[in-house]
Amino acid sequence: MYAYDELDRTLVNERVSEFRDQVTRRLSGELTEDEFKMLRLQNGVYLQLHAYMLRVAIPYGTLSSTQLRRLAHVARRYDRGYGHFTTRQNIQFNWIKLAELPDALADLAEVGIHSMQTSGNNTRNVTSDQWAGVAPGEIEDPRIWSELLRQYTTLHPEFSFLPRKFKFAITASAHDRAAIKIHDIGLRLHRNAEGETGFEVLVGGGLGRTPFIAKTIKPFVAGRDLLSYVEAILRVYNQYGRRDNIYKARIKILVHELGIEKFAQEVENEWRQMQGSALMLDDAVVEEIRSRFSYPAYEKLPHLPEELKNAARDPKFEAWRKNSVFPHKVSGYAIVTLSLKPVGGPPGDATADQMDAIAELADKYSFGEIRVGHEQNLVLPHVARRDLPALWRALDKIGVATPNVNLVSDIIACPGLDYCSLANARSIPIAQELTRRFANHDTANLIGRLHINISGCINACGHHHVGHIGILGVEKNGEEFYQITIGGRADEQAAVGTLIGPAVPYGEVADVVEDIVEAYLALRVRPDELFIDTVTRLGVEPFRERVYATR
Amino acid sequence: MPLVRHGKITQDAFVHVADDAPLPGDAAILISAARFLDDPEALCRRVGRTGVIWPNSRDVDDLVPWLDRLAVVALVFPSFRDGRAYSQARLLRERYFYRGELRATGQVLRDQFVFMLRAGFDSFEVKKESDAMAFAVTAKRYSVFYQPTGDGRITALHQRMQMRHSESAGQ
Repeated sequence: MYAYDELDRTLVNERVSEFRDQVTRRLSGELTEDEFKMLRLQNGVYLQLHAYMLRVAIPYGTLSSTQLRRLAHVARRYDRGYGHFTTRQNIQFNWIKLAELPDALADLAEVGIHSMQTSGNNTRNVTSDQWAGVAPGEIEDPRIWSELLRQYTTLHPEFSFLPRKFKFAITASAHDRAAIKIHDIGLRLHRNAEGETGFEVLVGGGLGRTPFIAKTIKPFVAGRDLLSYVEAILRVYNQYGRRDNIYKARIKILVHELGIEKFAQEVENEWRQMQGSALMLDDAVVEEIRSRFSYPAYEKLPHLPEELKNAARDPKFEAWRKNSVFPHKVSGYAIVTLSLKPVGGPPGDATADQMDAIAELADKYSFGEIRVGHEQNLVLPHVARRDLPALWRALDKIGVATPNVNLVSDIIACPGLDYCSLANARSIPIAQELTRRFANHDTANLIGRLHINISGCINACGHHHVGHIGILGVEKNGEEFYQITIGGRADEQAAVGTLIGPAVPYGEVADVVEDIVEAYLALRVRPDELFIDTVTRLGVEPFRERVYATR
Repeated sequence: MPLVRHGKITQDAFVHVADDAPLPGDAAILISAARFLDDPEALCRRVGRTGVIWPNSRDVDDLVPWLDRLAVVALVFPSFRDGRAYSQARLLRERYFYRGELRATGQVLRDQFVFMLRAGFDSFEVKKESDAMAFAVTAKRYSVFYQPTGDGRITALHQRMQMRHSESAGQ
C-alpha cells in the first residue's frame, strides 16, 4: 500500500475545495451547464440518463480496507447502496446528487481517494496489474512507477486540456493483466541486456470507433527518464493531435496518420531538447516513493497445510479453489479473486454490505489490502493458504465466490442503456442472460477460458473489440441490435476481434453466443485448446457458418 | 475585457491593431503573427513597444529570433478546451527563456488560472469581470504541486526530499 503524506492529502483537499466552489457557482447559476460541464468532467462527474454519475479513481487498483469501507459509506449515504467497478480500476456511483457531491468527495478525501481526472480530455487514472507486487516472476512492483506517474499526471499544468482522453497502463509481468496494448501509453517493465530496469514504451492503443493495438515507440527507456519521455509524447500529442473531430482526436489517430516511425522521430526530437530536465528521477526520489509502500510481514507457512487437505474433500470448495485461487510469489500464500459476476447479476457491481464484508475479510485474511482488476473483479492479494477454506465460506456467504473467474460467465460489460446517455443498447441484461445460460459450472469448466466483453455503444467501455467474443450494441430503426466479433484479446498478444456477420436483435444474442460456443466445442482439437486458439487456428468462417446457417 | 497583470486588474497599455489598420505612431501595439512576420525587423525597431498575438496552431520556433525584442507574446485559447497554448507557453519560458510579458487571451476563465500561472503566463485577458476579481484568491488555491515547471514552485517530490534531509540532519 502507498501511504499518502501531508502533501498528497493537502492537494486532494484543495481539489475538493475547488470543486465545491465550482458546484456552488453552478447551483447559483453563475456557471452555465455548458461551462460547468468541462469542470465536472475533470473531476469524474458525468450527467447520465437519470442522474449524475461519479467515477472515483482506484489508482493502479490498490485499495486498503479503510478505503473500501469508505466507498461502502459513500454508496450507502449518497447513492442507492451499491457501486460499479469499471474496466479501468475505477468505481462508479450512479445516483449521486449534485449538491451532495462535494461532501461525498470530502469523505473520500479523508482516506486518500479522489475522482480527479477520471473523465475529461486529460490523463486518466493510471492502471496496473491487479497482482502487482505479489505475482510470481514479476520484474519489480510496477506500482512504484504507477504512483510516480499518478503524481506526475495529477493536475498537470500543460496537459489538462488535451485533444482527447489519455490513458496509461503498466505491467511488470510477462503475462499482461493490465491490457497495456489498448492504452494510449502502455508501459512494460523489463530488464535490458545490461541488467538495468526500464520500460518498453508502447503508444497509440485504444478502442472506441477506430480500434488500434499500441505500437512500440521505444524498446527501452530507463526508469530515471520515464517522466521526461512521457512528457515528450504528451507534448507532441498536445500540439499536433487533431482537435477538429472528436472521433479522430485520440493519440492513436495521430500515430496512425503520421506512422509510428515519424511519430517516434517527433518524440525523440522533443525528448532530446529536454536533456537535463527537472523531470529526471534520481534514485533517491524513486526510493522516497518506494519507501512509502508498505508490504505485509509474511510468515513462513506450509504450501499444503492441514486445513487445505481437509477441505479438499468438499467438491464445492475444490471447484472454487481451482478456479479462483492463484499462485503467490511467497510460498504458503495465495492470490484470491472475488467474482463480482454472480449468475443473473450485473457484472462488476458490489453492494455497500458486500464492500464492508470484503473489507473485514481483507483485514482478517489479506493484511487489509484489496485489489481491483480490469475484469471488474476484486482480489485479496495476500491470503495464507491455510485460511482458504474459512475465507471461501465467508465469501460464499456474501455471494462473491462464484467459481467462474476467466470462464464464459466472467463477463466484462459497460453500464449500457440502463444508465448511460451515450449507449445505443443495453449491456447488463445481455450479460445477465448469458450468465444464466452458462450457469452450470461443469459446462463452463468444460468450455474453459473464454472472455466475453459487451459494450452498449461504439465508445467501447466494455472493451468488446478485445473480447474473445465481443458484443457491441447498435441501434437499427429504433431497435437494439448487436454485432458479434470473435478472436479479440487484451493480453500480451492483444488483437482486435473480427465481425462474424450481420448484427442480430436483442432476443437472439444469447442464442448466437451459445451457437459459437457449441461450434468451438465441436471444432477444438483437444480439450485444452482454448476458444481463442481455435479461432486463431481456423479463422471466423466455421463460426460464421454455424451461426448464420439457420438465421 | 479586464486585464489581470502580475495578479492585479490593470489598464491595458497595448492597443490591439487589426491587420489592415495603420499603426498608431509610438503607442504600444499588439498585432497578429502574420503582420509581425511580414516585416519583423522594422516592427522591432519601432519606438513604441510591440507585442505579437501568436496562434496556437503555429510552432513558436518561428518567433524565437525576435523574442528578446518583443514586449508581449499573447497566446490564444480559442476555447477553454483547447490546451495547445499551455505547451507554447512552457516552451517560450523554459526552452527559449522568454522574459517579457506572456499573455493569455481568448476564453480565459477562472478555473484555468493556476494552470496558466504554472505554465508561465503572467497576464490574462479575462473573459468575465467576476473571474478577474477572483484572480488573487484563485491563484492561491493550491499549495502543493506535483510537476516541475519553469515557475519556480517547488514540487512535492523535492519538498519530501528536503524534509528527509532536514530530518536526518536533526538526528
